[in-house]
Amino acid sequence: MTTDENPRGEKGDVLLDMRDIRIDGFSDERWHEIIKGVDLTLKRGEVMGLIGESGAGKSTLGKAAMGYAQPGCKIKSGTIMFDGLDLMAMSEPEKQALWGSRIAYVAQSAAASFNPAHRLINQTVEATVGHNVSGEAESKLDAVNLYEALQLPNPDSIGDRYPHQVSGGQLQRIMTAMAMSPRPDLIIFDEPTTALDVTTQVEVLVAMRDIVEKFNTAAIYITHDLAVVAQMADFIKVLRYGEEVEEAETRKMLAEPEMDYTKSLWSVRALEKPEVESDDIVLKIDGVDAAYGNTVKVLHDVTIAIPRGRTVAVVGESGSGKSTTARVITGLLPPMKGQVTFNGQPLPGDLESRNKDQLQRIQMIYQMADTAMNPRQTVGEIIGRPLEFYHGLRGSARNERISELLKLIELDDSFIDRLPSELSGGQKQRICIARALAAEPDVIICDEVTSALDQIVQEGILRLLLRLQKEMGITYLFITHDIAVVKAISDEIVVMFQGKVVEQGLKSEILTPPHPDYTQLLLSSVPEMDPDWLDSLVAERAEA
Amino acid sequence: MHPVVSTVLQRLGLGAITLFFVSLIIFASISMLPGDFTQAVLGQAATEETVAAFRKELGLDLPAWQRYFDWIGAIATGDLGTSFSGRSASGVDRSRPVADLVAPRLWNTLFLASMTALIAVPLALFLGITTALKRNSVYDRLANATTLTTISFPEFFVAYILIVVLASIFPVFPSLANVTADMPLGERLYKTALPALTLTLVIVAHMMRMTRAAIINLLASPYIEMARLKGVSPTNVILKHALPNAWAPIATVIAFNLAYLVVGVVVVEVVFVYPGIGQLMVDAVTSRDIPVVQACALIFAATYILLNLLADVIGIVTNPRLLHPR
Amino acid sequence: MSTTSDQMSETESNAQEEAYSAAGEVGMQRVRRTRWQRMRISLSKAPLSAWFGMIVIAAYLFTALFAPLLAPYGEAEVFATPFAPWGGDHVFGTDQIGRDVFSRLIYGARNTMGIALATTILSFIIGGGLGLVAAINRSWLDQFLSRFVDVLMAIPSLIFALMLLSIFGSTITSLIIIIAVLDSTRVFRLTRSVAINVVVMDYVEAAKLRGEGLGWVMRKEILPNIMPPLVAEFGLRFSFVFLTIAALSFLGLGIQPPTADWGSMVRDNASLIQFAQYDLTAAFTPLLPAAAIALLTVAVNFVVDWFLHQTSGLRDDH
Repeated sequence: MTTDENPRGEKGDVLLDMRDIRIDGFSDERWHEIIKGVDLTLKRGEVMGLIGESGAGKSTLGKAAMGYAQPGCKIKSGTIMFDGLDLMAMSEPEKQALWGSRIAYVAQSAAASFNPAHRLINQTVEATVGHNVSGEAESKLDAVNLYEALQLPNPDSIGDRYPHQVSGGQLQRIMTAMAMSPRPDLIIFDEPTTALDVTTQVEVLVAMRDIVEKFNTAAIYITHDLAVVAQMADFIKVLRYGEEVEEAETRKMLAEPEMDYTKSLWSVRALEKPEVESDDIVLKIDGVDAAYGNTVKVLHDVTIAIPRGRTVAVVGESGSGKSTTARVITGLLPPMKGQVTFNGQPLPGDLESRNKDQLQRIQMIYQMADTAMNPRQTVGEIIGRPLEFYHGLRGSARNERISELLKLIELDDSFIDRLPSELSGGQKQRICIARALAAEPDVIICDEVTSALDQIVQEGILRLLLRLQKEMGITYLFITHDIAVVKAISDEIVVMFQGKVVEQGLKSEILTPPHPDYTQLLLSSVPEMDPDWLDSLVAERAEA
Repeated sequence: MHPVVSTVLQRLGLGAITLFFVSLIIFASISMLPGDFTQAVLGQAATEETVAAFRKELGLDLPAWQRYFDWIGAIATGDLGTSFSGRSASGVDRSRPVADLVAPRLWNTLFLASMTALIAVPLALFLGITTALKRNSVYDRLANATTLTTISFPEFFVAYILIVVLASIFPVFPSLANVTADMPLGERLYKTALPALTLTLVIVAHMMRMTRAAIINLLASPYIEMARLKGVSPTNVILKHALPNAWAPIATVIAFNLAYLVVGVVVVEVVFVYPGIGQLMVDAVTSRDIPVVQACALIFAATYILLNLLADVIGIVTNPRLLHPR
Repeated sequence: MSTTSDQMSETESNAQEEAYSAAGEVGMQRVRRTRWQRMRISLSKAPLSAWFGMIVIAAYLFTALFAPLLAPYGEAEVFATPFAPWGGDHVFGTDQIGRDVFSRLIYGARNTMGIALATTILSFIIGGGLGLVAAINRSWLDQFLSRFVDVLMAIPSLIFALMLLSIFGSTITSLIIIIAVLDSTRVFRLTRSVAINVVVMDYVEAAKLRGEGLGWVMRKEILPNIMPPLVAEFGLRFSFVFLTIAALSFLGLGIQPPTADWGSMVRDNASLIQFAQYDLTAAFTPLLPAAAIALLTVAVNFVVDWFLHQTSGLRDDH
């Protein structure tokens, strides 16, 4: 065992040193360079935040720190020295001896990364026992202690369960225990909280940070969320398109980033919209109960009033019923009880009974622009269809209007013949907005429209939506789980929890205390751009 | 009730319902026969009395549902009815019970199918798993091209090539597989060699490709990558992490191919004049001996349903989500 | 899967400038090409097996179309000597009643392929149509059709075909209808499952919310997006139907004489096999039609294999 040959060094010694790493990925039938000469140095006991947007190559680089090239990638050149060992020169079996004993990995999707066929405790200690770090009985005892340290419920027995028997947040903590079990020198956390709800995320973050501190383990924490990494890391490296943008100590980076790009990582937080009050209600959801298949009731007596020309943001975690509310409004899910009124007139509950005029006045934009556009239709066809369908525009009138709409969303005529696959994420979402605008609606329902996009693109989309509202007086019902987006765009806020409306009112009212319990929990769980935020939150909650 | 038990029972119930509907379809087929078929069976010279007697024997004077329950009840006790052949216009009836015709031939067919399965299943699993592990190697590509070619061949083409090579040019095996009931096992195996070989070639190709696809699908799971990143050795990744989750897909592949085997025997039996149930059915179809056709169809369909049922049950009892409910 | 997204946006990255503009956000993962250009490029990259397949299929189609011009003798023309040896007036000899084997092989291409093609098209009209309706409808109709198809598929199709043929007799019409109906169950299942994946897409929901009728949703939103797997399936189903018909004819229950057909030609000349020791060419006579069947199915399978690989974007990355 390598552990025996190399007694662990002191804090401050260089543990991992990667030089001029170049990695190729295979796509579109050829190899592309996706990591373009990155250096990375990590000392013992340090936590590095590795941050970047989609396509930055952060996950690929993180795995490369283990000497592992993920499927479809190959490490082309560079040196990886781990505690004096040259990972690039090692054979597969030699690297396998390191993985799971001295370097451990925590994956994003805990539910998929645990083997469904084995008990959690056996998976927790598998590497520890397999690498002869310690005996089975001993490791299992230790695993229980780790479970306890990670604040898992019933630490003695939770390990006897199978992966599908525990919740996502618990699985993520058990995976942390699994990584910690052999007391590795280095743990790679690969977006470990991205799939979790924000209130669950806080618990997992606290547990992970404490245990890494407790055992003085070095870690690389990969994420796209700067506020999260600010709580975890001593210093942060920003990656973009496989290249390093900058690296700095956490506080310094947040206070005075050197590069404009780094600042753009929290650009949405910089957006602020003054709220405007209004009593002119255009759309009202009135005492609605709704259920899927008439059995599982998902909405309970939901009442929401949406003023004309304003933005109402509906916030809540997964399962809160916010998307179901949108389905009721659009008529996809007729309510069991209650009704939806538009301009004071009740709307028929089901889609089929609504007339063209009613349909035209409420449009919808989806989270995934990818799946919201028919991949076989060109931009011109996508935007042109509502023009034809609702307004009977044909020929040159239709084409002129398409051009106008494209201009409105800050694109030009060169996009008319493109297919969705030839657009970027932000452009796709803009085309979806144009399609909604083509109908000339009064209300647009935006279902998590920015959550799949990078910060800088999100900001662009939000600015566009705000501008359109100002120019055309459109009303938005904005469904989101992201409080930063809510602050940026809304006039009023509706907080939902388990199918019920918890609170509803002007943005300023909702965001300032006192709050109902759930709103308090939700708002306080949103990470802030402050390295001390998690500490103060833990202290606050301990008091309460 | 434990979810495994209830799911298995549910699946068995569904199987029983399917079997019921299948028997209904097979039964109904006789009612679709053109009205004058009694004449066709008995010959043009049949008197009205003999026709009437024959119709009465078939129960054509009874309502359909009653005939169905009589028929299915009789089958449950092993009575498959009486063959149409051997009847004559004069009313002389030399027809034989269908069960007597079917029983010895069913045994022969099962012998041939099991012999094939014993060779083909292990061989196909071995090839499927090794090609999945050695993906894109020369071995994999070669196996892929070969099996793609083999599954495109009609069974009789494979059979005749084997006959030309192994029976005519190099007379190693007999081209006629005319086994008899009192034949010693050694001779029976020798006579059955070519039909079994033909079926093996056809089945192995299918089964290997499906096994390969199933294993590759399994190896792409995130938990397999996690095991690798835990430093688990390649052998243990397969044995400890892939295998426990592989039973359901593998059982499905095997059942599917054994079911295919059951159908494949028909053509192969005809080529090698093997006295099995497939050949019996083909003869009965040619002579429009409906009771025999019905009995054979029912046997084939029941085997098919049972095999698939078995695969489903294996999938259920090895599913950790059902074994260890929340 | 962060790999793919990493790689994809990587390609779009290079041209991106610091200043943000929507149009400047370069999202092209591929260079824009017309359909023809794309087709030509993928053809030029096609593996040898696919080329082989396409050439064989073209040759078969040519033979089928121009059979009367290519065949030296008539389809049912009988000559004096049965089982004449190869060579001389008859390239591949004559069959058991003295018909020219070569001519019958050529006519067989027309008959066997024509019937198989007609059957496959019919089965796609039935199975594809109902599958699409079931996928969109998703109510009692879907339940009913799916359960019904489950029951039909519980009977092995060759066995079912044999049973039905014994009732309706072996005419070409009943053959086509029976096989098409039985085979449409497979088409139904595939169409339904592929279409269901498309029906749940947001763009289909968007079309429904717009108020589009069923016809538009089916034609414009769903059908274009399920075409690639359906085209591949058409190839596979054609091979399967073709083999089934050949097997039935071989069993004497398919295409009936005097129509020239490869399956029954194998059956008619099968007895020549035993003369392999004396005259190898004689033994090849029944193998010729069998090989003709095999060659076509191999060719179709090769092309489908390549096509599937192309459209599914499957990459072997392990």
